[in-house]
Amino acid sequence: MVTAKSESTVRNTQSFWKRISDFITKWGTVLTVGVLILYFSLTLPTFLTYSNILTILRSIAIVTVIATGVTFSLTVNGFDLSIGSVATFADSLVISMFVWYQMSTFPSIIIAISITLVVALLNSFLIIKMKIPDLLATLSTMFMFEGVAMTYTGGGSISEGMPRLDGTPTFGKIPHTFKLIGQEPYIIIIMFIIVLIAHIFLNYTKHGRYLYMVGGNIEAARLSGIPVDKYRALAYFISTFLAALGGVILASRIGSAQINAGAGYLMPSVAAAFIGYSVAGAGKPNAIGTFVGAILVGVLENGLVMMSVPYYSMNIVKGGVLALALMLTYFKKDE
Amino acid sequence: MNNAERSKLKMEDISIEFPGVKALSHVNFELESGKIYGLVGANGAGKSTLMKILGGVYTHYAGKIYLDGKEINIKSPRDAKELGIEVVYQEVDTALVPYLDVAENIMLNTIVNKMDKKQFVGWNVIHEVARKTLQTLGVDINTHTLVEKLSLAQKQLILIARAIVQKTRFLILDEPTAPLSNTEIKELFRIVKDLSTNQNVGVVFISHRLPEVFEICEKITVMRDGKVVAEKDIEKVDMKQLVELMLGRKFSENYPKRKVNIGGKKLEIKNFEDTKSRIKITNLTVHRGEIVGIAGLAGAGKTEFCKSIFGVFPLRSGEIYINGKRIYNTSPSQAVKNGFALIPEERRKEGIWINESVVTNLTATSLSKFARILSIVNVSLERVCARDIIKKLSIKTPDEYQKAAYLSGGNQQKIVIGKWLIPNADIYIFDEPTKGVDIGAKHEIFEIIGQLAEMGKGIIYASCEFPEILGISDRIYVMYNGQIVKELETEKTSEEEILYYATGGK
Repeated sequence: MVTAKSESTVRNTQSFWKRISDFITKWGTVLTVGVLILYFSLTLPTFLTYSNILTILRSIAIVTVIATGVTFSLTVNGFDLSIGSVATFADSLVISMFVWYQMSTFPSIIIAISITLVVALLNSFLIIKMKIPDLLATLSTMFMFEGVAMTYTGGGSISEGMPRLDGTPTFGKIPHTFKLIGQEPYIIIIMFIIVLIAHIFLNYTKHGRYLYMVGGNIEAARLSGIPVDKYRALAYFISTFLAALGGVILASRIGSAQINAGAGYLMPSVAAAFIGYSVAGAGKPNAIGTFVGAILVGVLENGLVMMSVPYYSMNIVKGGVLALALMLTYFKKDE
Repeated sequence: MNNAERSKLKMEDISIEFPGVKALSHVNFELESGKIYGLVGANGAGKSTLMKILGGVYTHYAGKIYLDGKEINIKSPRDAKELGIEVVYQEVDTALVPYLDVAENIMLNTIVNKMDKKQFVGWNVIHEVARKTLQTLGVDINTHTLVEKLSLAQKQLILIARAIVQKTRFLILDEPTAPLSNTEIKELFRIVKDLSTNQNVGVVFISHRLPEVFEICEKITVMRDGKVVAEKDIEKVDMKQLVELMLGRKFSENYPKRKVNIGGKKLEIKNFEDTKSRIKITNLTVHRGEIVGIAGLAGAGKTEFCKSIFGVFPLRSGEIYINGKRIYNTSPSQAVKNGFALIPEERRKEGIWINESVVTNLTATSLSKFARILSIVNVSLERVCARDIIKKLSIKTPDEYQKAAYLSGGNQQKIVIGKWLIPNADIYIFDEPTKGVDIGAKHEIFEIIGQLAEMGKGIIYASCEFPEILGISDRIYVMYNGQIVKELETEKTSEEEILYYATGGK
């Protein structure tokens, strides 16, 4: 009896530690967000104010939209590095429609996003037809379209009243409606709508299910009659579309087209999407997780700025948090 | 060559167990350098396992191994190499570095293990030695060619060249001829004979193809169910005897064959040829409610054939008719639309999603049926259907949301079959469905196949387990070297006859 009892105690303590570690891997990221918020609100009296919460949500909106795109590329076991360049390209295109061609808001947005979908076409061609590994194919399109965007603007920025590089004066104005997109509440509403649609698409529709199946076991998917190539292409089209949408929102926020404006969104978006893997123990890319990841990155950045951490040191912390999140995702996999 | 120079390798009373299986029991095997030995046996007889012990892959065996009378201990592949034992496995690609050149691959061991304190590689010497080695083999390959550019046959020769560089005394070739063409096989045999007579190498030749064994070997060892059942000089045995020895007693397992009325022609395949011209089928028919067996040993081309008709590989030519209507399976998704279902051989790799739930796996092929407005999946209906399949196939799982990874091999196989029951396919292609499945699950799988036949489906059952094919099929096509060499009525044939044709008998 004694031995049996001690054995069961051993088993209990074992399962206790196992439960703790399971809990941490499952809820670690959410916990981190909570701890960060708690810490910042205790040390910074203005952190938990209504206006600061709005600031955080506004600042993560673009990252969230772009990161949701990355999430789609991750579902098919791919990876889209070209998102930053796509955002820059869309930014340049949409601003040029207004400033150079004096077009109105919605045609400009539609045309800009449609043109950037060329990147998706090229990505799909390189990855699916030419069989180049996803990371490398999108690395090359990332460079390519960084160059395309710069060549299009003539190597400079575009803003209201600024003449084109060849000296042609410009008369276009950025419409008021367009400027609204980048302001609250619209920017925040757009973010929530994108996350919601992505969540429903990935979890409740046939197509979302197929995306995960292609990513989970491409051979099994092919042999089950799923048109694998079509779904891989679809993932890259959605990824590019959302990156372009991010670029358009960015254009509305800054009201101009700056050189490589989108490049800065690559890292936080990738980080958010990867952090999303571990949220609630999903173990796979998912929209809600990505959103939590974006919040984590955004809260961290906001808090650090308010604590007067210099901008040039910020990446140390951001990189560290990404490493931590990746540990939560991958460390468990080895068991 | 006098006897004094000959080394002797002796394996005595070797046994080995794997979880749940006794793979070898009390095996004795002896070989001498300068001779060629044939090692034959049906699938799972233990040939490869025995050779993997010699190669240092499996080290947890019981028994003793002697080299020239001295007991030796082979604890790793490196030990085996140092003792002069080299194994060329079936999967040549795993032993070669594709983006290194021929010389580097031949000299790999020298470069990796014999450098000691030297930091620089002497490329001239490496290429010189490699070239000379290839010359002694009579092989003409430039030593600067990258290995990834070579054919399968050439890759094998590179491995053999690597073996001789290391002063190999015993060379083990595991199914070397399976992927080769006839001229390539002749070339290989010339080299193997040369090695044994001129270089004093002892060769073990494992093969399913008996004519080849007769052509090249001096002595022959037959294994069955993990035991050596006969050792013969090649002159003292003929093919028929060998086949009988390989089979041994009649298998007494009972298979639940249902009586089904066979209807009209359902599937017809004509003048079928794949792009590599390895698979050529002039005519194959399946009738309504009929189970057609495709019997062939490993490497006969069954899997390639099954995948080719399912649209996985492009074809050079071939016509497929269903109910007399010509159809085109240009891709697996097209094949599924045309009513085909494939249960692939490599189920973990090609059949299931181990990280997804049982439900998700079961509805993978039929998700469109559950899609409603905006393609949103009706999860409760999906669940009901999945439960139904789980019950029908008695899949053992705590609930339908269990991850497939946690189920046993047999239950995973049932999922792979189960996912084709909802879309209601017409033609079911089973490729080795009982591989790695325990006897209980096997019977249940046969039961399902029988039910499908009763429903009037056409069934292709490809397997190297001849007793199973005999138990379940109505008609059998025997495949050898990519071609159907014989069509047999199941009622009027025997395992011996199938094996005879499957090993190249005419």
